[in-house]
Amino acid sequence: MTDRLSARFAACKAQGRAALITFVTAGDPDVASTPAILDALVAGGADIIELGMPFTDPMADGPAIELANLRSLGSGTKTKDIFALAADFRARHADTPIVLMGYANPMLIRGADWFADQCKAAGVDGVICVDIPPEEDAEIGPALRAAGVHLVRLATPTSDAARLPAVLNGASGFLYYVSVAGVTGKQSAAQASIEIAVAKLKAATDLPVAVGFGVRGPEQAAAIGRIADGVVVGSAIVDIIGSHGDAAAPFVQDFVAKLRDALSIRETAA
Amino acid sequence: MTDTVTLPNSLRSQPDANGHFGAFGGRYVAETLMPLILELEKVYKEAKADPAFDAEFAELLRSYVGRPNPLYYAERLTEALRAKAPAGKGAKIYLKREELNHTGAHKINNCIGQALLARRMGKKKVIAETGAGQHGVATATVAALFGMECKIFMGAKDVERQKPNVFRMKLLGAEVIPVHSGSSTLKDSMNDALRYWVSNVHDTFYIIGTAAGPHPYPELVRDFQSIIGKETRAQIMEAEGRLPDLLIAPVGGGSNAIGLFHPFLDDPDVAMIGVEAAGEGLDKKHAASLAGGKSGILHGNRTYLLQDEDGQITEAHSISAGLDYPGIGPEHSWLHEIGRVKYMPIKDDEALESFQTLSRLEGIIPALESAHAVAAAEQVAPTLDADQIIVVNLSGRGDKDIFTVADALGVEM
Repeated sequence: MTDRLSARFAACKAQGRAALITFVTAGDPDVASTPAILDALVAGGADIIELGMPFTDPMADGPAIELANLRSLGSGTKTKDIFALAADFRARHADTPIVLMGYANPMLIRGADWFADQCKAAGVDGVICVDIPPEEDAEIGPALRAAGVHLVRLATPTSDAARLPAVLNGASGFLYYVSVAGVTGKQSAAQASIEIAVAKLKAATDLPVAVGFGVRGPEQAAAIGRIADGVVVGSAIVDIIGSHGDAAAPFVQDFVAKLRDALSIRETAA
Repeated sequence: MTDTVTLPNSLRSQPDANGHFGAFGGRYVAETLMPLILELEKVYKEAKADPAFDAEFAELLRSYVGRPNPLYYAERLTEALRAKAPAGKGAKIYLKREELNHTGAHKINNCIGQALLARRMGKKKVIAETGAGQHGVATATVAALFGMECKIFMGAKDVERQKPNVFRMKLLGAEVIPVHSGSSTLKDSMNDALRYWVSNVHDTFYIIGTAAGPHPYPELVRDFQSIIGKETRAQIMEAEGRLPDLLIAPVGGGSNAIGLFHPFLDDPDVAMIGVEAAGEGLDKKHAASLAGGKSGILHGNRTYLLQDEDGQITEAHSISAGLDYPGIGPEHSWLHEIGRVKYMPIKDDEALESFQTLSRLEGIIPALESAHAVAAAEQVAPTLDADQIIVVNLSGRGDKDIFTVADALGVEM
């Protein structure tokens, strides 16, 4: 298979910068507005799109993304719409990876094989399932691997040396470091603690390491970008969509461009 | 607890090493929580093997909770049902009086056990979710007893509906945090408790109120609640010289039911009925996860859930706040699938009727949750022979429900 994720991380590395990974919730504020928002992410300079699958009970998310989930479901977003959005995006952007992020129940309700097949057919490159730890890998891992879709695992501040091998076993695409023990978008970790954690993870795996949870703006993204292979920004973008609704695309593009500029400074300064 | 034996061909040897009850249970939590869940499992295993832990638990149940509570022969209820039954029919009904426990329900059994585990793990802060406030009050109570800091997450709607329990929790020294997310009810308070927990794993223990959540919670809550079934077994042997023919208990998450059932699972002649809340009817708004739901993943476990075709969780409804939850403990899902326990839906109006019947006939005002089990007994007893025995779990007392019941009956208080 053409591996868009590894190609994109390699391209960013060649440019001497971290990949910019941006999260939005599919169907927020509604399905009709989402294509323009996804295009705005790409136009602003996002390297990888994390597309959130809305769920009624997003237990790992803070208020910003929880509200996005409720806006999306409230406007009637269905699972079939999400795969249509992904396939449609893939037709417009051949090389930009898409990673679906969400919770186990909507992913598995029709069976893991069904879900993996849909991902493959829609051109989805990877999946992050927040509430399937390695212990329950059998629920989703084998089906995704058989379909050639990456299962992106999460490492956290509580993943100590004893725990890490379990997390890495079966991880692919990249490793997502959740920089705070907490929910999305609430608080930020100290840069020093992120540096120590990322160094440990990079010593343990050859996978690219991306850092997310609590990355709010360009300066912080730039600081993390100096040590990680990717920087994930979610709640800050979702907040913009929350404020501007179906007119959010230009504001999203403007903000993403600032993030991307901040990540590229190392390149221009060098 | 030490008698939870692992025997082949036993229905009492679940869950497996990974916390699965057949296809149900498991550990579906964010990675941040996994190390803590694994540590809890280890600490619980050690505690189970430690006679001192068992002794302290038993002593607190005796001197603080007031156990053993009685197994009471409800003669007037039995006779009233026999009067309407065909000749020779109308089983003898006993009530297991969990409502006589300190704080008025079975919830305290589990809270004492989990607080002992929290102390063993060195955690000085506890959190809990609550719907009607019974588990919140029980948790606040044990937090006071153990000198622990306590936060209770409660849906904003429930805070408004259950003011007396909110005040009780505050009197006991707990902080009550109103939850405004989602539908502002029990499932949302559980979401927010999980959100708080994931952000405070280093010093906080989550006292889950029912036999659900990620492994090892369903197992340890069941074990702590099994005192109900163990006492019942000894008491019925003393009263009747034999085991009962049928056990009946209400099921929301299902902790009181599994506590009564589990010690009898390997007795093939003891039938069991778990009573689900059918709300306004199974074709309308209800909370019957087994009768009206299907297998899915929520709040850390795979179990039967009320959900739509996309796996979005749908809102539950029951007149009883304690049953108003879109899921059920995973062991019940398994017992349902293998057919060991039958699950029966009882509607709001049927529970309301039995709430009044038991009050008038026996002088016992049952919790609306327990009234569902009484309603099931009223339907089943007349079909059984008069020499058969039913034990109904009277899981809680009804004082908390008098406002709800008055409202439903159109009475101004």
